Amino acid sequence: MTTPTTTRAPARGRRIAGTGWHGLRTLTLTEARLLLRDPGTVFFALLFPTVLLVGVGFAMPGMRDVVSDAPPPWEGLTAVAFYVPVVLATAVATVALTTMPVYFATFREKGVLRRLSTTPMKPQGLIGAHLFINLVAVVAAALLAVLVGSLVFDLATPVNLVVVVAAFLLGVLAMFSLGMLIASRADRASTASAIGMTLYFPMLFLAGLWTPGPLMPEVLRTIGGYTPLGAAAQAMTTGWFGDGVPASQLVVMAVWTVVLLPLAARLFRWS
Amino acid sequence: MTTAHPVPSVPPAPSTGTLPDGAAPAIEVVALRKAYGSTVAVRDVSFAVGQGEIFGILGPNGAGKTTTVECLAGLRQADAGSVRILGRDPQKDPASVRELLGVQLQEAELNERMTVAEAMRLYASFYEDPADVGELLDLLELTPHRDRQFAKLSGGQKQRLSIALALVGNPQVAILDELTTGLDPQARRTTWELVERVRDRGVTILLVTHFMDEAERLCDRLVIIDQGVVVATGSPAELIEQVDTSRVLRLRVEPHEEVGVLEVLAGLADVQAVTRDGHEIEVTGTRRVLPAVVLALAEQDVVPDVRTVSRSLEDVFVHVTGRTYDHTGAADAAAADDSNDTEGAVR
Repeated sequence: MTTPTTTRAPARGRRIAGTGWHGLRTLTLTEARLLLRDPGTVFFALLFPTVLLVGVGFAMPGMRDVVSDAPPPWEGLTAVAFYVPVVLATAVATVALTTMPVYFATFREKGVLRRLSTTPMKPQGLIGAHLFINLVAVVAAALLAVLVGSLVFDLATPVNLVVVVAAFLLGVLAMFSLGMLIASRADRASTASAIGMTLYFPMLFLAGLWTPGPLMPEVLRTIGGYTPLGAAAQAMTTGWFGDGVPASQLVVMAVWTVVLLPLAARLFRWS
Repeated sequence: MTTAHPVPSVPPAPSTGTLPDGAAPAIEVVALRKAYGSTVAVRDVSFAVGQGEIFGILGPNGAGKTTTVECLAGLRQADAGSVRILGRDPQKDPASVRELLGVQLQEAELNERMTVAEAMRLYASFYEDPADVGELLDLLELTPHRDRQFAKLSGGQKQRLSIALALVGNPQVAILDELTTGLDPQARRTTWELVERVRDRGVTILLVTHFMDEAERLCDRLVIIDQGVVVATGSPAELIEQVDTSRVLRLRVEPHEEVGVLEVLAGLADVQAVTRDGHEIEVTGTRRVLPAVVLALAEQDVVPDVRTVSRSLEDVFVHVTGRTYDHTGAADAAAADDSNDTEGAVR
């Protein structure tokens, strides 16, 4: 330990009022690195959809067989192919309802947002950085699942890729808005986790995780079409296997976003 | 104001430590008030801190210290009064003080997987003109732990990192809130030395504490806050002097010398009272009682063991509030004293 030398003159008049976003890049990279250091998050946010698709394809009997007794869009496809849009919806839900709200509640619980408020960086910067990181994670998880799925199984190529991508991104928006609403008030990671899980499983059910494609009863399909995740799965299914435009599902997702996102922003507690 | 507090203070209070002549204050708080619903956390708090001072806000838990500091840092909107940091108004424009003010808050943690060096680099990146991270880690004795993750740091190390983060923006003013709560005695002393080192670099420090000994040891001047009101302002010595100008010593002499000693003491002008207490003699007198007694006894060839009994800020608190000091604080200190979990052991 050397004696500290006086290296700074006390009077400094050249302070420029900061923009509040200085260091946003460092913040994003640091947070991404920390996320990758957490094995649980890495598994659920990035690998889980792939594991789910491959697991279901191999574990459930008949999943890799070609369906021959189903109505037109399903005719001639393997059962595991029906499952792809559901797996992509699961990827979105996992990040939106389990990873994200818990991280944000932890920031609040641990006083990270409060500490940030004392620096030139706005706490909004941290939230923005995490939304971006989560978006990257969910896209990566989806691409990985589709890539590995195509290598392992006989999957169909999407009929209308634009619809699939639009449905996926709208689904991300609607589900992230819901995740943000949970994150806006939860004081503790455990609270956020409990609320997230309570919504996670019913939403996966209505998205068709247990009844993919033609297996879903009509009543469930109708109800599911009004939930953000169910609408996302249905819209991706339409785009993947047919050439129609799933207008009502796209509208449902847009409405959820328009309602939930401003509400979450309004309710968000910064300390 | 309807409180019974005897020393309502509006700075600069003439007899209680004004700022050095003409110097612009680094921090100025005037008639601050903040209530949460019907609970008034801060009723009337005013003080001014000179540049380069270590200034204390001392008071029992719940006195309104943290609320005062949060208003100062622009984290909370005050109901009334004004605050200034280096002439800027953090209430109206919090962003204007962010580059100038470092804040170490109570109970603010980090991602448990973030290393010391990562945290420092991250927080440094937020500022236009950050401090040198390596130098700061050296100053706070964190260099050996730079690659250690937050969850694996000891309490003292976390606290030092928290101070380092408050300083990483090269602030001119730093607020340190309850920085030694929960630390063992050795870690507390280390932290105190660090605070002085930081001040020696030209940083003005506002130290919030409920520890009397900490305020007495570190602060150039301080305010004592109780129930949201400033009850005393001044340097520790001034405050103690105000309460009582007498001095107390305890002597221990050989039994055969005792009678002679008592005789000598009784004849001294500076001695006001002498009482025997077991093998010790307690002498109360003027501020010159110590040299007077030692000299007089030396003439008799008696060299006693002498112990001075000093007044403390605790006596000041009792004097100005009429209450004994909050025992939560005392209990904390006792718990820290009992702890064997020293920094050395954790390492």
